[in-house]
Amino acid sequence: MIKALIIDDEPLARSLVKEYLKSFQEIQIMQECGDGFEGVKAIAQHQPDLIFLDIQMPKINGFEMLELIENPPAVIFTTAFDEFAMKAFEAHAVDYLLKPFSKERFEKALQKWLALRTSQKINPAQDFLDKRTSQPEEHTRVVVKKGTNIVIIPVNQIHYLEAYDDYVKIHTKEGMHLKKKTMSYFESVLDASQFVRVHRSYMINLQELTRIEPLEKDNHIALMKSGVQIPLSQSGFSKLKTVLGI
Amino acid sequence: MTTSLSGKTKILLIYLAWWLVWILDQALVLSQTGFDWETALTDAMITQVIVAVAGYVINTSMHSYQPSTRNSIYVVIWSIALAALCVEFQRRVLMQVMSDNATYLSFLESTLIVRGAFAWLMITLVAVLTWFWVYINDKQDSEKRKQDGERLAREAELSNLRLQLQPHFLFNSLNSISALVGTEPDRARTMIHQLSDFLRGTVRKETTLVPLEEELEHLQLYLEIEKVRFGHRLQTTIESSDEIMKQKVPSLLLQPVVENAIKFGLYDTVGEVTISIRAKQEGDALILEVRNPFDPQTAQPRKGTGFGLSSVQRRLYLLYAQNNLVQTQQLDNTFITTLRIPQV
Repeated sequence: MIKALIIDDEPLARSLVKEYLKSFQEIQIMQECGDGFEGVKAIAQHQPDLIFLDIQMPKINGFEMLELIENPPAVIFTTAFDEFAMKAFEAHAVDYLLKPFSKERFEKALQKWLALRTSQKINPAQDFLDKRTSQPEEHTRVVVKKGTNIVIIPVNQIHYLEAYDDYVKIHTKEGMHLKKKTMSYFESVLDASQFVRVHRSYMINLQELTRIEPLEKDNHIALMKSGVQIPLSQSGFSKLKTVLGI
Repeated sequence: MTTSLSGKTKILLIYLAWWLVWILDQALVLSQTGFDWETALTDAMITQVIVAVAGYVINTSMHSYQPSTRNSIYVVIWSIALAALCVEFQRRVLMQVMSDNATYLSFLESTLIVRGAFAWLMITLVAVLTWFWVYINDKQDSEKRKQDGERLAREAELSNLRLQLQPHFLFNSLNSISALVGTEPDRARTMIHQLSDFLRGTVRKETTLVPLEEELEHLQLYLEIEKVRFGHRLQTTIESSDEIMKQKVPSLLLQPVVENAIKFGLYDTVGEVTISIRAKQEGDALILEVRNPFDPQTAQPRKGTGFGLSSVQRRLYLLYAQNNLVQTQQLDNTFITTLRIPQV
């Protein structure tokens, strides 16, 4: 038996997938979810083999939801996104269905996945998550998991970012959050006039910076409002000076 | 040239009157110096008519060839040449006409320089006036062309802004219909009709003002479709009065504002969402208020007003030339968009 989940905020969109799935006896729908929060819980609970996922959903979008999951299952996107936006990561998802899609198109996507599944040549969703293009809302917020809770951090609340093995530590007033991403990801996503990579392992929010102090010859540190001192590399120091216009 | 015929006739009359004054003036001066009236008038008429013809010639030639300031030397040369021609012509004609008046002939010979100077001054005056005339007309022309161009661009932009519709809405609605066809064909049919009526409303050609009642009817179609899509999650309330319903609003103005509110409300919160729309009168303006819930904890601080609202703002600016007709505010968990429509 194959376990599947449908995650979409529109009830009729979910019922359409359900209807199309009727002819696939071996696939069982474990649960239907109306938003990403429910989706994260349901995936943890059911460990599905396949999910049908909408992108535009309440609170967190489909991509952000996937990033909260340790070993994401295979994903077929169902979305009204325009074709060009989807083409960007076409190669990395199992498939994507542009709403409204026909039964034939739906079955083709499923057959494709079933074939890949038996030949074990499935692109892990992780691979595609690393390569996908970011959505506009992801420039303004970061979604992280804290225990079983999902926390949405507006980027303005980030004090600074710190590299930590395969993770990035996100420091805020409330404390520290971990996100499985790279520093260069954040460099590409965050507003370069607000966040500056001042060191190989550090990126700071300029709104949180109080001053720059010399440490010893050629070495500087950034003093943050919270009192934290962040080391500046030489290139980081000059980049900071350029952004600040000094 | 864009001068009307009557304008041209008027100028011609002024031109003739101008020369009549000079004819009388010259005749008067000549009679003062001792010539009899007949001689004075004959001389004055022949002299001034020839200069008037020369003035007309330079005027016409400058209409067809407007020199730049750098080429003004050509005009000077041309006017001097014309003045010389005038004097020569005057001399020949007057000598023919007055061949039996020796006193006059010697007078004519001695005043040729003065006549030439006068002719040149007059021709130059006509040239300068013509230059100004052509210059101002050209300027008015290009000003008018510019205004026409701006008006066309504004109309095109207005009709574009009116038709801005999120393709997501259309595709998701079609997907909902596709789902309903299998399970509830009657509801599918109803939704097709609603969607058709809504789309027909958005492609209507006229950009004019419509009564609020009509605008709200169109909005209702949109809301019905959204309610089918989002099911019980979406609730709406509309508050207005019969009096206000007759007020005029630019057509299709509310839909993008409400679309924005729905998107904001539905994607920023989980659970039920109520969008409320209120219309009221304030002074001589109609106030439309759209409220949606949002979560101040996680909502992104909005830079600007978002695409939907900026197009509404642009439209109102193009229509009323005021920049403050769209206002937004956040009150606790409510986001309020206020539109002010001046009633003129």
